[in-house]
Amino acid sequence: MNKQRIHTDPQYYSRMTDKFSPPSKSGKCLFRAFWVGGLICVLGQAIADVGANLLKMSTRDASTLASITLVFLTAVLTGIGVFDKIGQYAGAGSFVPITGFANAMVSPALEFRREGLVLGLGAKLFTIAGPVLVYGIGTSVLVGMIYALFGL
Amino acid sequence: MLMYLKVFLVGGALCLIGELLVLLTKLTPARILVCYIIAGVLLSAVGLYKPLVDFAGAGATVPLTGFGHALCQGVKFSVQESGFIGAFTGGLSATAGGIAAAIFFGALVGLIFKPHSK
Repeated sequence: MNKQRIHTDPQYYSRMTDKFSPPSKSGKCLFRAFWVGGLICVLGQAIADVGANLLKMSTRDASTLASITLVFLTAVLTGIGVFDKIGQYAGAGSFVPITGFANAMVSPALEFRREGLVLGLGAKLFTIAGPVLVYGIGTSVLVGMIYALFGL
Repeated sequence: MLMYLKVFLVGGALCLIGELLVLLTKLTPARILVCYIIAGVLLSAVGLYKPLVDFAGAGATVPLTGFGHALCQGVKFSVQESGFIGAFTGGLSATAGGIAAAIFFGALVGLIFKPHSK
């Protein structure tokens, strides 16, 4: 019984792949995430400034306008297949801003449309956005209850 | 102009932390987004996120932690206005625009565009 041992341990596998990945990769990834993410936020600020100064919106409405516009742009860019490329380049730089939340909804909706309009498009919209909303809203309700009970 | 520099630096730094989590912990993007939104709600609840928003505007509100901050501030405001019921109504009222836009444009793009081969 001189069988060669086959490694199925995922940690062993990741150590093995780490050994053969180029070492400068993470620095480049971090830099890309930084500048693309920063730029998306600058775009958001520019839209909010247009809303507040030119359209005379309240700060809160201007901020909502920025969110909606970024979501709209992401949806279109995802639709024409450009956002995937930005995502591959920028990693967290594209998915940490609200653009990532929007892409996480549009992308599965697009992909699973062929499974039907209700359980395909309608349900898969929330594949990733669902958990984000569940935990975000869940935590905020808990915080709200604490405010209401203990008055902060 | 200085404001835009602050927006860029803070927004970029929040994304850099996300990328760092990807590289170091191998967490999937979905898990990182969940962590970010919970972190945003909690940081906002203890009053640490508001100063960052005052300092960097969209640099703090556009990343998903800002979404959590908006949820928390909405809840806080609604609890002050209408008491206990506000714990349930505040979060979604404050973030309704972004969520409705994502649902609407998401469904619209899903209907209009064809999927791309990866």
